[in-house]
Amino acid sequence: MNAAREPIERWRIVAPIVVAIGVLALWQAWTVLDDVPTYLVPSPLVVARTLVTDAGLLFASLGVTVSIALKALALAIVAGVAIALVFVQSRWIEAAFTPYVVLMQVTPIVAIAPLIIIWVRDTQVALVLCAVVVAIFPIVSDTTLGLRSVDPRLIDLFRMNRATRWQVLWRLRIPSALPYFFGGLRIASGLALIGAVVAEFVAGTGGQGAGLAYQILMAGIQLNIPRLFAALVLITAAGVVFYGSTVLLSRVALRHWHESQLDER
Amino acid sequence: MEPERRAGRQGPALSASELAVAVARATKTWPNGTRALDPVDLDVRRGEFLTILGPSGCGKSTLLHLIAGLEAPTSGRLAWWGGPFAATGAAGRRLAMVFQSPTLMPWARVNANVRLPLALAQAPREEADRAVADAIWLVGLAEFERHWPRELSGGMQMRVSIARALVNHPDLLLMDEPFGALDEFTRLRLDGELADLWRKRELTIVFVTHSIHEAVFLSTRVAVMGPRPGRLIAEVAIDEPHPRGEAFRLSTRFAGYAQRLSQLVAQACGGETADGMPAAEAP
Repeated sequence: MNAAREPIERWRIVAPIVVAIGVLALWQAWTVLDDVPTYLVPSPLVVARTLVTDAGLLFASLGVTVSIALKALALAIVAGVAIALVFVQSRWIEAAFTPYVVLMQVTPIVAIAPLIIIWVRDTQVALVLCAVVVAIFPIVSDTTLGLRSVDPRLIDLFRMNRATRWQVLWRLRIPSALPYFFGGLRIASGLALIGAVVAEFVAGTGGQGAGLAYQILMAGIQLNIPRLFAALVLITAAGVVFYGSTVLLSRVALRHWHESQLDER
Repeated sequence: MEPERRAGRQGPALSASELAVAVARATKTWPNGTRALDPVDLDVRRGEFLTILGPSGCGKSTLLHLIAGLEAPTSGRLAWWGGPFAATGAAGRRLAMVFQSPTLMPWARVNANVRLPLALAQAPREEADRAVADAIWLVGLAEFERHWPRELSGGMQMRVSIARALVNHPDLLLMDEPFGALDEFTRLRLDGELADLWRKRELTIVFVTHSIHEAVFLSTRVAVMGPRPGRLIAEVAIDEPHPRGEAFRLSTRFAGYAQRLSQLVAQACGGETADGMPAAEAP
């Protein structure tokens, strides 16, 4: 009866791991057998070694980037949900402001980032704002859609019981919107990280607050390709963890009732 | 033995205390110009089981929505216990509705769903606890009160929906084709249970259906509606004692009522008036 509580089938975990091991093995074999120079394509073992030797530098930078992305995600959630709540108050408000939210979304962040960095004195704040601009759109659009996607008969039921506007919002609209919100959050979490990295590229901030993007930039210039790969691995890993956390969060929140959690394994 | 309840208070003079809802010359025209309802006169009497019967598109759901106060009539008027809609909701004037589908909140357990009307009215906690347990027991779901809606079958979800409607002891229960989406067996069983609830709890029910057999089995009175535009064409009293069992379903009297109703519906769909048929009893 309850698929969500059954253990995940083993092959669904094993299969991707097998693929990863296969690809890494082929990559290793190719670099060794073909004698590919490390400054072009480092072997997986070299990348792994670099991750260890440069750990201090790389993980400090990872911390910077992740902290920017997390702050941006938090801000995008708060602001995005607030905007969605305002939007559903009236069709007029939504009609008036939606084009500008879309405008913000379709303008490439690399084009806006320099402006934000110029206008905002504190670079860290500027980077967070850039990432917010990228991450906020799915939260706003999905949450708005969710707040509107309420069973009209439940609305009738609430009306017949003389529910206040507040009761309708709190007991009906917000729970109805949760699955949509989590869908938006899933996308936004990845976008926040991308936004943070892109903004760092544009800002090119080094020194104490250097993020992973700066390490990639510098490693590229210095032809320190193993370090570049190592930084790349860390960013990707961070992205996977972000995504996985939001999936987990949505599963915990919706496991008892939402269709999306029924057949997922 | 339970005292018999019979239909048949059919005199024109109804005192205000006997009337639950009075619909007077009420019409409904949608904004796009569709006439959903031609002038309708209908009294809902206290304690009766009134069924509104008709084919699809005859405005029976619209009429129910008017009675529920969810729609305002385009012209004409309605009175609830002799007063305006604004006065409903107080003790002795409570409305409840059961929809075509269970319409449960999937994020809330069975008991939280049933509790909703009391929670919205901010009823005292202990009183609400008792009423919820009582209503859930009444529909036979006592073991399932901590379950989630999706763990229940369609019929069980409908019972939850009925428990939710009964939880604040409504003085008028409105039901919009509640069992239409269920399989035949579940539907027959729930019909029987509903008739028992009506009798034992002395409910007043307005029940919308397009099933003639359901109408005959349940009702004390059937109002037949016709389509395009929706209008009331006849009222038929089902003057049979309750409780009605399987024997009634198989009786010739049951078949007689069913045939009469089916002729009325057929004529309504043919666009003719109910000529030569038992005249409408409404003024």
